Amino acid sequence: MFRVTHQPIDLQTLVDYVTDPEAGAIVTFIGTTRNNNEGRKVIALDYDGYPEMAEKELARIGADAARKWQICRMAILHRLGPVQIGEASVVIAVSAAHRDAAFADSRQAIEEIKKTVPIWKKEVYEGGEVWIGTQTGQPLPGR
Amino acid sequence: MKVRVKFFAILRERAGTAAVTKELVDGSTVADLWRELQKDHAKLDVAGIRLLYAVNQNYVSLDHVLKDQDEVVFIPPVSGG
Repeated sequence: MFRVTHQPIDLQTLVDYVTDPEAGAIVTFIGTTRNNNEGRKVIALDYDGYPEMAEKELARIGADAARKWQICRMAILHRLGPVQIGEASVVIAVSAAHRDAAFADSRQAIEEIKKTVPIWKKEVYEGGEVWIGTQTGQPLPGR
Repeated sequence: MKVRVKFFAILRERAGTAAVTKELVDGSTVADLWRELQKDHAKLDVAGIRLLYAVNQNYVSLDHVLKDQDEVVFIPPVSGG
């Protein structure tokens, strides 16, 4: 299951999805939205995404990982739209016969997500907002 | 030929629209399309930005030759996770 969603992510749904009688381990990674970045107080976050391609890239990441490690099942869900501080923006769940493969697979997946999946995070601060990754701040109108 | 361009994140804000359809001469590349778009949307040229290019949801290079009805997206540095 490799999807983007505008709804809050339910961890148990992903755990259930990857649960497998042949698995001896399930690793979950939850990326959460932080209330600060480089010394600035973040008051809101908004994720934009190119949904069709983002899901395609997530699936490719899953396929690459499955070729490299002996895993049973894998699921990645990424939020789009406004995300409250402290909520999960991305959740990865992977099951494997042995824990080493599950840890390694989830680690590779989150690193790849940050490099290739067409999703963009905007951080809103007091008095401004920034699309992270572009280093081009835009003051809010009237400030 | 006609191609459809979708804008996301900072480029959507700069373009002031989420999607446009663009008429191009046959044999045009992604680079040619980007030059044409700048004529319509001057603010698209974000200083110092490094873009990636996708045609029909696959990453391509700047010299990729476009076909009629292609969906083209200029991808600013991603920041998912």
